[in-house]
Amino acid sequence: MFVARSIAADHKDLIHDVSYDFHGRRMATCSSDQSVKVWDKSENGEWHCTASWKTHSGSVWRVTWAHPEFGQVLASCSFDRTAAVWEEIVGESNDKQRGLSHWIKRTTLVDSRTSVTDVKFAPKHMGLMLTTCSADGVVRIYEAPDVMNLSQWSLQHEISCKLSCSCISWNPSSSRAHPAMFAVGSDDSNVTYGGKVQIYEYNENTRKYAKAETLMTVTDAVHDIAFAPNLGRSFHVLAIATKDVRIFKLVPMRKESTSTGPTKFEVQIVAQFDNHNSQVWRVSWNITSTLLASSGDDGCVRLWKANYMDNWKCTGILKGDGSPLTGSSGQPTAMSTVVGSSVQTSQNALNGMSAGSIAKLFAEQDSLNEPY
Amino acid sequence: MEEVDVEPAVTNIPAASSGTHLGFAWGPGDILVYETLYKCHSFITSRLEFPGTGSGDIHEVRKDEDIYSPILRKLFNESHHIFVGLQTIREDLPSKNKKPQFVSISKNYRSVIRACMEELQQVLQKWQCNMETRYVSILLAIELIWNLCEVLFIDAAPAGSLLLHLLDWVRLHKADVDEKAREVLQSESPAEHRDYWDVVGAAYVLQGRLEEARQMLVKQATLQPAARKMYKQMDTLLSKMPFYNPGGTQTLTEFDVKWRHWHEEVDRCLQDNSFASNKHLELICKILVGDEDTLLEHKDLLSTWYHFLVTRLLFCHPTVKPTELHYYAQSCLTMFLDSRSVPEPLDSILLAAFEFDIHQVIKDCSIALNNWWFVAHLTDLLDHCKLLQSHNLHFGSNLREFLLLEYASGLFTHHSLWQLAVDYFDHCPEFGRVYLELQIERVPLDTERKALKVLRICEQRQMSEQVRSICKIMAMRALRNNRLGSALSWSIRAKDAAFATLISERFLQDYCARGTFSDLDLIDNLGPAMLLSDRLTFLGKYREFHKLYGEKRFREASKLLLSLMTAKIAPRSFWMTLLTDALPLLEQKEVSHHIVRYAVYGLLLSNIKKTSKYSYLRSCNQRIFGFFSGKNNIKDVLII
Repeated sequence: MFVARSIAADHKDLIHDVSYDFHGRRMATCSSDQSVKVWDKSENGEWHCTASWKTHSGSVWRVTWAHPEFGQVLASCSFDRTAAVWEEIVGESNDKQRGLSHWIKRTTLVDSRTSVTDVKFAPKHMGLMLTTCSADGVVRIYEAPDVMNLSQWSLQHEISCKLSCSCISWNPSSSRAHPAMFAVGSDDSNVTYGGKVQIYEYNENTRKYAKAETLMTVTDAVHDIAFAPNLGRSFHVLAIATKDVRIFKLVPMRKESTSTGPTKFEVQIVAQFDNHNSQVWRVSWNITSTLLASSGDDGCVRLWKANYMDNWKCTGILKGDGSPLTGSSGQPTAMSTVVGSSVQTSQNALNGMSAGSIAKLFAEQDSLNEPY
Repeated sequence: MEEVDVEPAVTNIPAASSGTHLGFAWGPGDILVYETLYKCHSFITSRLEFPGTGSGDIHEVRKDEDIYSPILRKLFNESHHIFVGLQTIREDLPSKNKKPQFVSISKNYRSVIRACMEELQQVLQKWQCNMETRYVSILLAIELIWNLCEVLFIDAAPAGSLLLHLLDWVRLHKADVDEKAREVLQSESPAEHRDYWDVVGAAYVLQGRLEEARQMLVKQATLQPAARKMYKQMDTLLSKMPFYNPGGTQTLTEFDVKWRHWHEEVDRCLQDNSFASNKHLELICKILVGDEDTLLEHKDLLSTWYHFLVTRLLFCHPTVKPTELHYYAQSCLTMFLDSRSVPEPLDSILLAAFEFDIHQVIKDCSIALNNWWFVAHLTDLLDHCKLLQSHNLHFGSNLREFLLLEYASGLFTHHSLWQLAVDYFDHCPEFGRVYLELQIERVPLDTERKALKVLRICEQRQMSEQVRSICKIMAMRALRNNRLGSALSWSIRAKDAAFATLISERFLQDYCARGTFSDLDLIDNLGPAMLLSDRLTFLGKYREFHKLYGEKRFREASKLLLSLMTAKIAPRSFWMTLLTDALPLLEQKEVSHHIVRYAVYGLLLSNIKKTSKYSYLRSCNQRIFGFFSGKNNIKDVLII
């Protein structure tokens, strides 16, 4: 892997979240400088900042895009105890020429009494629904019944998780085989308070969310949580960032026809990695759920992949220049050369290059930025 | 199959200080990485805790650039073509007939690789750059491996033919021989060229190209008339070397006997010192007898251990059986590499092939190459040859699909190559569809044309949810940009009744505000799509009403008006506008009385504001007023 380009983010303080939109052509960044910036990617791959504005009166922790079916909509959450919804307004033509766009606030959600730690849109098949979680241990689910009027949001569910919440993740699957489901993680560090991951499921009959499962084996503070995209599987996969990286498999157990409670799950741990050798702060799946990325206290981002035998391994490490590499991983080794001097000689003869130049073919390649 | 533990590659991100964390965000084909600081949220009370820290840069990190290389693009395109052809080979043909087809397909793949390599080399020579050098080396290695796999696995040559195929294989990958030979032959006195003996001895004889060697020797012979007898003897030896003819009547055993005979004759020449006075001819003789030490002394001419292997087999065991290969391969590798050098990944891969360990070959290639193209296509071909199922059926088909999915997913992030990926997903029975559904939704819909392309693919595969979603996204986008016509046609395509209603409302509002319709073409040609939503139906019919009216077809227009009101398609809120529009019509004498009466009564009985009714009636002419016989002023009428 290599750094293809670097973008000067120009925030005046730390960036806390960067979020790509659905098609990967726009991104939003949010910062402790209380603002959000929106960037657009041009044809040649360059990023341009098309909007930058103050969104909150405290650090902005997360920013997230709604599905483009609902238009160009962003949500942000902050230390100032609020979450907000923003919509892009199609501006004057000269604004467009100057490459600028305007975002206006559609609503502020002020129900939380403490810092709002995460904000996520529910899967689109549920309509335009926004979920927040706060340090006060409450998960709130809001709905905008009229997608053409984003200033009207109603608080549909208020779920008390008892422990301070740090992250939420919706199961993205839209299969009718199971009800809507989300997971909440708690960063409460007291291990005696039991499982720090709770799974909630929607009940059609009661029209409420009920707790379906608590992952009791996760007793340390949880900083991030992510359901994997569902690839038509009958079970669910959940990644957790805690004192290590953990991947769980949740297999729904068959319900008796008379049972009206939430689904029971068989919880299996698929993988556990402590390579960061420290707290893991973020986990996230790529689009096809074939790669999981994690970020830890060791200042590294690690990439995890399962082979066709379902064995998980670390396939790459991104490390900041300033960080020493601790934990288990060494320098790139002999895997970097496939073609050795033997074939090289014949190839050299073919195009008259000097013999003795070694082809270091794969790792550490120069960044091939220049277009051929 | 053991798991080789490979250390993960480390990529440096130019982050400033130590002690910072790295945040990340997955994108299509890349991952964005940035400096940040994570802490339990309860600990951060204010941003002043980290004063003076502006934000760092955001870095776009990518995995490989292969798909962005214009030359490799041809490789991807053409191999896609071959791949699709391979999938459609009929399953029910007997395997006897299929083998030549598979070999031919394998050769097609290889010729595509070669073409790509040649083009790359031309470019490199022309532009004197070394940017794409690595691709040439990689392609060379890939073709080498593929060719060997074709010989051993797909063609599965038996003893006798096996050596001949291996000889071809080596000759193909040591093309510098011909170049050298050309150089020598084109010189003034070829026999005196300094490379002459290298060409004759090494190149030709080592590769078993004895005819060519003989021709070269003739040149030397003419220069040394005194040694004519010796040269004649060598010429005879060379001409008599038996080569197995697979299509001939001679059995392998008969050939073996003949060959041993010849081998003994060569050995006798050595023992007799027939060539002792000419060190070059002596050398050739030693090569012909397969003397290992002689061969090893000329490593530079052989240049690879597998050339050494094939040459050794040629002159020692030409009837080698496939199952015996790996013994010779292993020993040749060991002999060829001196104690200091370590086998490289390419060597291990070739060795695994000689051992007929297909899975190891695939595995090692997957690890060593950073693009899935090679392993995906090769595995797919081997799977079709039913070669992967010897281990375990489930295992085999999983591996093929796994690799194809990896390869195709990689293509999907490219702005035009993603279309090739679709066919690959189509031929992955287990997960292909769901992978396609997930990824095709993410294709950026930059233009309408592109959106339509994506849609066509989804519609062909009955991916109705993706169709709906894409149309909805386009409709929303059009609506935001106030392109009502476009928004409407996308909503219709999405079969989104609610949205169609919304947009129809906007059309009607627009009409009320401006007095004209926009996008007449679209509304006039709605056809059965009109029935998607009531409001849309009204929009269509209302426009039709205007048309009829404009064409002075008053009777039909009035009938339509009536139906709009009776069928309750016209929203109540619109009646005022409707009737105001219709007023001049109602005054026409062609319009039947009962229609007029219905319309006006309808208005009066509705819950429209009294003042509006009043002003409406005031603008009515006497004819309409005349219906309310006996009422002479408006106030009385209004009381009804």
